[in-house]
Amino acid sequence: MSATPSLGLEMRGLGAIEPAPQPEQRRASQRQRPRLWRVTIFVLAAIYFIGPQLAAFKFSLVLSNGKYGLGNYGQIIQNSALRDALFTSLEISAITAVVVVALVLPTVVWVRLRAPKLTLLLEGITILPIVIPPVVMAAGLEQLEGHSPQWLVSLAFNHALTGLTPFYVILALPFSYRAIDTGVRAIDLRTLVDASRSLGASSFSTLTRVILPNVQTAVLGAVFLTVALCLGEVVIATILLYVTFPVEIIQLGQETGPGVQVAVSILSLLFVFGLLFALSFLAGRRRGATSTRLI
Amino acid sequence: MIHGALTTDGGHFTFQNFSTTFSSSADMAAFKNSLMIGLWTALLGAVFGTWLAAAVLAGEPGGMLQRIVSSASGVLAYFAGVPLAFAWIATLGATGVATVLLQHIGINLYSGGFTIASLTGLVLAYTYFQIPLMVILITPALEGLRPQWEEAAQSLGASKLSYMRHVAIPVMTPAFVGATLILFGNAFSAYATALALTGGTIAIVPTQINEALNGNVIANQDRVGLALGVEMIVVVAFVLVGYWMVQSRARRWLQ
Repeated sequence: MSATPSLGLEMRGLGAIEPAPQPEQRRASQRQRPRLWRVTIFVLAAIYFIGPQLAAFKFSLVLSNGKYGLGNYGQIIQNSALRDALFTSLEISAITAVVVVALVLPTVVWVRLRAPKLTLLLEGITILPIVIPPVVMAAGLEQLEGHSPQWLVSLAFNHALTGLTPFYVILALPFSYRAIDTGVRAIDLRTLVDASRSLGASSFSTLTRVILPNVQTAVLGAVFLTVALCLGEVVIATILLYVTFPVEIIQLGQETGPGVQVAVSILSLLFVFGLLFALSFLAGRRRGATSTRLI
Repeated sequence: MIHGALTTDGGHFTFQNFSTTFSSSADMAAFKNSLMIGLWTALLGAVFGTWLAAAVLAGEPGGMLQRIVSSASGVLAYFAGVPLAFAWIATLGATGVATVLLQHIGINLYSGGFTIASLTGLVLAYTYFQIPLMVILITPALEGLRPQWEEAAQSLGASKLSYMRHVAIPVMTPAFVGATLILFGNAFSAYATALALTGGTIAIVPTQINEALNGNVIANQDRVGLALGVEMIVVVAFVLVGYWMVQSRARRWLQ
């Protein structure tokens, strides 16, 4: 291939036949030219998606005395109720993420190795938490709480951490399954497992020392999705009367005015976006990665 | 929960709770609203989401644009129920930025009967997470469209349009329909945004359930709330069966 350019130059110099454009080159030039249908949707999407965020940012800069300033952002740090709620949510997120990965990774590996027929079924199940109404789940949970014995109520339901974590684990399982499965599909699982076994590794050390490092980006994706879900879930927490981060954001409006509320919203959005955006660079760094798709 | 919906407070078997919901005009209106929101936002989200996903995929693979769109889609589709409600209030609320701007050029939204806590407002806000969800769901299918198919069609003399009509659209249809069904289910069951946006003033089914459970309007309506929940599950079950049916079709060409 390295000889081709000089050859082309010579031929042109001699006034001979123009070399036919290489198909790859043609595609590349087509790709770079901005097309009307692409530009249209990007402009529309930019207005629709960025517009409200800019509006929210301007809104968050207006102080309660009508002047502009960063005071609302300062108030976030001083607000202890918000801080407590954030810590509760972060604790729930951390425990949920660990439990979810510990459950999902072995399942994915087992299904891929031993029961590939289950893949279809599990892919169908992964769609459930998107369509099942959280309000219905909450209603069912409230019934459960009403009918459970007193020792269970005082043991589990009296605190947000123990009351919500089991249900968030269930909510996050399918999303994480999807994320980790994408990662495991991309590696040569059978060869890795066989090699590790033939060197005398146990199932546990195969999983933690061979498979986990190979799918760490996908696992991180599952962790971030779980964190996003736990920090964002509001319906179940509201109905079961737990004060988590998003519930506190809604209640904040009555205490401090809408400016602080909007400021917290923007920061939380940016935080989760930052997590996923950073992850896309980790995912792109892996050899042979053709897609930055995580979820 | 089904048990609770089918029994009286005394524990006897009854269909009374279901007939209460069917004869209550508020509950039926809520169902109509929820179905309309689901339908409209699913269609809007599906069309614009597919368009956006196709536009992003046509760009440089692994480029900045793809990273930003895929991260932003993840945030908006899975996390952002409450924050985005506040973004919309800041934009189109009574003192929102867009409302004020439009007033300056002589358009008064609120005198025309618009509020952000209306059906139109909810459709606008829900579409904000429906489009990103569509991008997430449809991107794998779009990636499955092989460039070889287009080249094969072109070498057989097909124009761009006839490639779209005879190859791309037929192959994509099952995946598109499946994703649209999921979008419908998502909007139908979503509550977080509505809760933060309207504080429960608009009648959609989740609001009715919440009010029945918390006894905000009439006390002891728990079981009616559960009956509403079971009815929602029935709708969602139809959506899921439809999804699984088209999904097996979608897998024939797209891996």
